[in-house]
Amino acid sequence: MSEGLFTQLLDLACGAFLLAAVVVLWRRELVAIVRLFALQGLALAAIALLLGLHEDRWDLIVVAAGIGALRAGLLPYLIRRALTALVADQEQGETRPYVRSEEVRETQPLVNVAASLLTAAALTLLAYAVARPLVELDPTPATRALPVGLAVVLIGFFVLVTRRRALAQVVGFLLLDNGITATAFLAASGVPLIVELGVSFDVLLAVLVLQLLTVRVREAFGTTYIDDLRELHD
Amino acid sequence: MNAALTALLLTVPAAAPLAVAAGYALVGLVTRRASRAVPTARGEARPRPQLAEKTVRHPGTAAGGVSVEDGKGEASDASAPVEQLLAPRARGRRPADWAGLASPTVILVCGALLASDVVDDGALAAYSGLLRADALTVWMLLVVGAVALIACASAPAHLAGERAAGRIPDVSAWRYHVLVHAFLAAMCLALVTANLGVLWVAIEATTIVTAFLVGHRRARTSVEAAWKYVVICSAGIALAFLGTVLIYYAARQAGVAEAWALDWPTLLARADRLDPAVTRLGITLVVLGYGAKAGLVPLHAWLPDAHSQAPAPVSALMSGVLLSVAFAAILRYQVIADAALGPDFTRVLLTGIALLTLALAAGLLVAQRDYKRMLAYSSMEHMSLVALAAAIGSPLALAAGLLHIAGHGLAKATAFCASGGILQLRGTSKIGRVRGVLAQSPWLGALFGLAVVALLGFPPFSLFASELGIARAGFAAGAGLGWAMAAALLLVLIAFAALATRTARMLLGPGEPTGESPSALWPLVLGLAACAALGIAVGPLGDLLSQAAAVLERP
Repeated sequence: MSEGLFTQLLDLACGAFLLAAVVVLWRRELVAIVRLFALQGLALAAIALLLGLHEDRWDLIVVAAGIGALRAGLLPYLIRRALTALVADQEQGETRPYVRSEEVRETQPLVNVAASLLTAAALTLLAYAVARPLVELDPTPATRALPVGLAVVLIGFFVLVTRRRALAQVVGFLLLDNGITATAFLAASGVPLIVELGVSFDVLLAVLVLQLLTVRVREAFGTTYIDDLRELHD
Repeated sequence: MNAALTALLLTVPAAAPLAVAAGYALVGLVTRRASRAVPTARGEARPRPQLAEKTVRHPGTAAGGVSVEDGKGEASDASAPVEQLLAPRARGRRPADWAGLASPTVILVCGALLASDVVDDGALAAYSGLLRADALTVWMLLVVGAVALIACASAPAHLAGERAAGRIPDVSAWRYHVLVHAFLAAMCLALVTANLGVLWVAIEATTIVTAFLVGHRRARTSVEAAWKYVVICSAGIALAFLGTVLIYYAARQAGVAEAWALDWPTLLARADRLDPAVTRLGITLVVLGYGAKAGLVPLHAWLPDAHSQAPAPVSALMSGVLLSVAFAAILRYQVIADAALGPDFTRVLLTGIALLTLALAAGLLVAQRDYKRMLAYSSMEHMSLVALAAAIGSPLALAAGLLHIAGHGLAKATAFCASGGILQLRGTSKIGRVRGVLAQSPWLGALFGLAVVALLGFPPFSLFASELGIARAGFAAGAGLGWAMAAALLLVLIAFAALATRTARMLLGPGEPTGESPSALWPLVLGLAACAALGIAVGPLGDLLSQAAAVLERP
């Protein structure tokens, strides 16, 4: 692969990666948000794949395949299944899921869509400002795209803080995690394999735990609005 | 010492609790299957959701996940028949609760064996540097072992009380044991690994396994605490991973090979070549991220909720050692940062965080109405003192900080286990509704009172010596830190007054004696005795303590 083509494809993948995070802020249907998260997982796998091809490292290509399977396949599947369970539970046999249920929409985000998108722009600028020393240390095409990873980390945090549905918060956490993984790839072609495996395993378990907790939140509070969790305070 | 023995001693502290967890999971599954074979009227055949199957990689993982959606709604109905069915056998199975003592014993024995080698020969490593023990590791292992011994030895009495009150069905007792031992395994792995990436994985694993211990009661409050705990800790610790990635990037750019770029001794040796700007960003993220797990601001909000909702022995473990294991991770990074950036950067960062945490904890202690939350805020207070000791960074301060970790672990574990007893006795955790515990239940009341006295920093308990040491080191370290120390002491005084008046209110007053049997309280006596012994003389641990402080000393 020529250097120019590699740079262009890498920038394209990074652009798609960032765009997916921004569009998550725009959409309110949880199904659409999960689909965007899966697309972002594909973009992340593409980044890893491009780096692997560029550096002729087979292990990186295998890691890319694993990341694609986990973040574009398994994790979105788990969240979608949790969503279906919540909907089925509420509608008791309703044949058209995702239509009427309150549970599948983020009806009252803390910050409205326009303000969210503006914040995303501000966060991206912040990421570029913060990442300046990181890029200056070793200016290659990959590290020049590094601010994108940090921007997605910040947007993930923003989603986590402003979204009130339990499952939307889970997606926020996963965006954050995608951003960190992308940063690791763009900065240093990924962390060592044993750490990558451990991290992926931890993320998978964390999502399973959060999925079970979502069901329990629903059982205990009758809703998955995190704002309703107000029993404990000082 | 030969290599095989070293490898064994380093592996066992993490592997033994995992094996115990696996054993509990297997026995739990077998008994569950046996109880399922007996036909009952309804729902009982459905298994309750079991994380156990996931943590030990049992083949039934997928089924365990699905059963949750099916099992809901029947959960409360199902528990009653299960209890009736299993009640006659419950007495015979109690010894199983005591098998949990195996893990802390093994951790303590390994810690003691490692201690003698490390003191004589310096750091040991195995598996090409993946596992490594220096004096700091061994000191923390001993603290984990001692606190786990108190917690695991108090567990049978706690579980018996919960069973008697019908609050837990029998299956969740097995789940409790599996998760507690997996928790211990994760903490030990975090201590013995030299790879900063594996360290992160282990600390994140502690969040995952304790999530269902915090939310074990399925009441609204428990579920809320568990949700906040997992979301805040996972997001917080994700920051620490980002920091780890940045340090890794800096190390790679400094010419360290991929396999060694997260190895702590290698990073320390090459720290002067790390890029300062990248390291500064990375260290800030690491301190904030692991600080979330150590109960420091700004991501501390999970701590009082989780500590107040978890079962008492789990609160003891979380408060006594989980916080300090996370803080030990910060200490490891601090040494690297000091070598790369000079001491001022982490000193300012940690002093600021410590003072903010201390102010918050003192303020909320004054207004506290719940005694388990009161103990949780007291943990934040003590962790911020340890952070202050780390910020000072002189040999005296570091040794005092490490002694403070040990003393706080023992005293807080005792206090939480005793508070669990009070909760079972009175059925409420509101301070305003508990009076006369001393008259009602003299042993329990006295032990709770003494544990709080230890936490307040009275002699002969070791917190007196360590707080004195931290204060002396702070005033000796120069004007800036002297003022910070003075402010900290003022805040500690406020916390002291709040803790003392609330505890006195709970313990004193008239009450009907219940005729308690003190036999179940021996672990608490042991914990207080150990805390007092450490305060009087460090004895053979003195060498280890000074070497552990030397590991952290500034170059």
